Amino acid sequence: VANSTSTALQETLKMKLDYDQLTNCMRCGFCLPACPTFKETGFEAESPRGRISLMKAAVDGIMEPGIRFEDQMNHCLGCRACEPACPADVKYGQLIEQARDAIEAHTTQHRPWVKIVRKLVFNQLFPHQNRMRLLGKGLRLYQKSGLQALTRKTGVVGLFSKHLSAMERIIPDASSKGVAQLLGTRIPAKGEKIATVGMFRGCLMDVLFTETNRKTVELLSEAGFEVVIPPTQNCCGALHAHSGETDQAKSLAINNIRAFQEADVDYIVSNAGGCGAILIEYDHLLHDDAEWYEQATWFAKRVKDISSILLEQGRAIHYAETSSGEPPLRITYQDSCHLKNVMKVGNSPRQLLKSAANVEFIEMQEAGTCCGSAGIYNVTQPDMANQILDHKMTHAKATNAHYLVTSNPGCLLQMKLGIDKHAGNSQMEAVHVVDFLYDRIVRKTD
Amino acid sequence: MLDSQIRKQLSDIVGDTYYKDDPESLVTHSYDGTPMLQSLPDGVIYPKDTNQVSSIMKVLNAHRIPLISRGSGTNLCGGTVPVQGGIVMVMHRMNAILEVDLQNLTATVQPGIITKEFIEHIEHLGLFYPPDPSSMAISTIGGNIAECSGGLRGLKYGTTKDYVLGLEAVLATGEIIRTGGKLVKDVAGYDLTKLLVGSEGTLAIVTEATLKLVPPPEYKKTMLAMFTDIYDAARAVSKIIENRIIPATLEFMDNPTIRVVDDFAKLGLPLDMAAILLIEQDGDRNVVERDIARISEICREEQAEGISIASTPEEALKLLTARRSAFTALARLRPTTILEDATVPRSKIADMVMEINRIAAKHQVQICTFGHAGDGNLHPTATTDARDHDEIHRVEEAFAEIFEAAIRLGGTITGEHGVGLVKAPFLEWKVGEAGIALMKGIKTAFDPLNLLNPGKMFAKASRRRVVIDRG
Repeated sequence: VANSTSTALQETLKMKLDYDQLTNCMRCGFCLPACPTFKETGFEAESPRGRISLMKAAVDGIMEPGIRFEDQMNHCLGCRACEPACPADVKYGQLIEQARDAIEAHTTQHRPWVKIVRKLVFNQLFPHQNRMRLLGKGLRLYQKSGLQALTRKTGVVGLFSKHLSAMERIIPDASSKGVAQLLGTRIPAKGEKIATVGMFRGCLMDVLFTETNRKTVELLSEAGFEVVIPPTQNCCGALHAHSGETDQAKSLAINNIRAFQEADVDYIVSNAGGCGAILIEYDHLLHDDAEWYEQATWFAKRVKDISSILLEQGRAIHYAETSSGEPPLRITYQDSCHLKNVMKVGNSPRQLLKSAANVEFIEMQEAGTCCGSAGIYNVTQPDMANQILDHKMTHAKATNAHYLVTSNPGCLLQMKLGIDKHAGNSQMEAVHVVDFLYDRIVRKTD
Repeated sequence: MLDSQIRKQLSDIVGDTYYKDDPESLVTHSYDGTPMLQSLPDGVIYPKDTNQVSSIMKVLNAHRIPLISRGSGTNLCGGTVPVQGGIVMVMHRMNAILEVDLQNLTATVQPGIITKEFIEHIEHLGLFYPPDPSSMAISTIGGNIAECSGGLRGLKYGTTKDYVLGLEAVLATGEIIRTGGKLVKDVAGYDLTKLLVGSEGTLAIVTEATLKLVPPPEYKKTMLAMFTDIYDAARAVSKIIENRIIPATLEFMDNPTIRVVDDFAKLGLPLDMAAILLIEQDGDRNVVERDIARISEICREEQAEGISIASTPEEALKLLTARRSAFTALARLRPTTILEDATVPRSKIADMVMEINRIAAKHQVQICTFGHAGDGNLHPTATTDARDHDEIHRVEEAFAEIFEAAIRLGGTITGEHGVGLVKAPFLEWKVGEAGIALMKGIKTAFDPLNLLNPGKMFAKASRRRVVIDRG
């Protein structure tokens, strides 16, 4: 059985993998020091060069792709730190998604619940913002009704898995209303309008981090942008694409393109690095779609991260003065991998943070290395994710920062988890860059 | 697959996690940084200390199984491709800095330490370790020792061999030897330290090295000189040396290289120039200023079109980045990049560049040239496609002629990459028949059963280039 599966997988890999990209890897090894799983294990197979050689060996017929091949492809965090390090410009992110797409079609090894849960969540939940809202309401009910307190006391969640119970503790309060319900779908600019931006609210962001979404809109308005929140937008499709569910990712992308084209915006702003990275690559996602490729290019060109649009196009924001004699606030920043490696935004959030009044910015060692959150990686590969998080928290604690700032919901939850686990008794707090900035500005009167 | 008894013996030495022979591990240790080479080993082992290396070697010696020791596998001569199977020994776990001796200015390290991490550690202590191969972000000190790696600073500061004072190594039999020490002078017997440096893992497995450290230069200045004629640039290189100035770095890039590097690193380099020289001098402030002024003068005399001198460390770093990204940026032109390192006496740089251009035109292949021009070490780099067999054949013919030209000009077939698999057929051209016989004698004295990195250094037949096309 294993043999026929691996032969079938081999055929699909041949079809799906871009052989030119496989050939372009010249095995110089420059990606190795950038790769978190290689750094953790020291094994070549756990490196981008190793994974590409495995894909090529499978296609070339040197090796039958078996269970360990699948494991290796799934071990990759997809952080894409190897891409900026690659001199030959190998599109590793595309290769790993193509490999996973092929594996998804053939795998025999999924624990059945992973497949069922993923299908349910990816196809029945994320694409439907109204269902996400309902989930939010349910979660809120759970949190507010005393049921949460009860499960915590009785340790029911702990029975399922240590990891899940740790996650349950750090999930923020869900909101029953999304950003558009709070602010409306068109928010005017304060002062003269610089441009009209479309706000990409994100599916998870808008349920668990609605306040961050609200503050994003208000910051944009303060900086001189008119903000539109197209109501028909949906999930970005990143998690689908990264897990090999390409078709579903494409249909989500098309829906979003339609929504923002109708809104006729100058920019599309995301406050989640993970979403922004796929939005900016919609043109690649739809490159073989004759009908939608051109519109996808229109869309991708307009995508901006909140920190870069504020810094580059927006009017300067004014920060409230702190009382004199107060010691500066120590802050540090954890890069979102996809924001840094795909959107190439690393400097803007740091610049913005440094510009706030009375802060001392401490650069954390290995701030650019993945925190282990990586989409749903911390759920599917908890051991490696925890190992990576442990190293991350060692560096975080060394900064002795009051705020550990990030720019993606996954990273933010992972940092909260890390603080809960490793620095529970310290003053450290994980916040989104938008929340940190918003809480320190002087708002213009309307 | 090895016999299960032997596999068990190896697993028992290092533990199950650190002996691997699943297909994924074998495939991922079947290559190194050299294009078009691939051959599967029988197993991969990760020792944690010298005693484990010794025990492993005893097992392998008893069963006549080849052993290929390696660091990160970034060499460019096919030096760590297991062409005759056997066990690949990865030294990454042995990565400790055992001691930095501030009184004797030495560092003692295990071979698996990453070159850049070592250099950064040393620099924090206010000291300097000059060898800086382009792959230093991932190469290991052990790999540098095995290949006698050079780098950008070779001209003034020498290469790895000039910084290795002593070694601990495991012989093919499993015996452990120690050579040299924290000694500037030591003539007790043959110089085994120098013999092992650059021996490409064919004589022994280096398990510890004592390295020489030097005080860092007090001041640095970096400049760029641009030429519209490639021969003017090459002549300027020779003339700088003739004027008795030894810059810390004297690098050369031709036009195709400049274009690709700029596209990669977005440095705003002058794209219309035929060649640029990147020059860095370090040392006493006055001397540096005087040297840079004189070098600028020489470049102008040789018709330099423009000269820019970096005014800040950031600008200097930018210029150095330009040169550092050259090899890898060239890889963006075509799928396959073959980088060679033909080397000539400094005075022959201009002649060699002319020869490379002539040969490339004759064989209708694209060869970009950059390199450590100050020490005569050029990197003619062919950009091609491994899938085009006809073109690959022409590239190989061109390189054979380039090696021949280098030797004719008093140079060598390899300045810093090593012989490994790809230069083995040409070694006799450089060292002669008697030289080969003597080297084989040395190999036999160390490794009579030919277990250590077999198939490297000595080709079965001279001249024909070995290409295993599966990769």
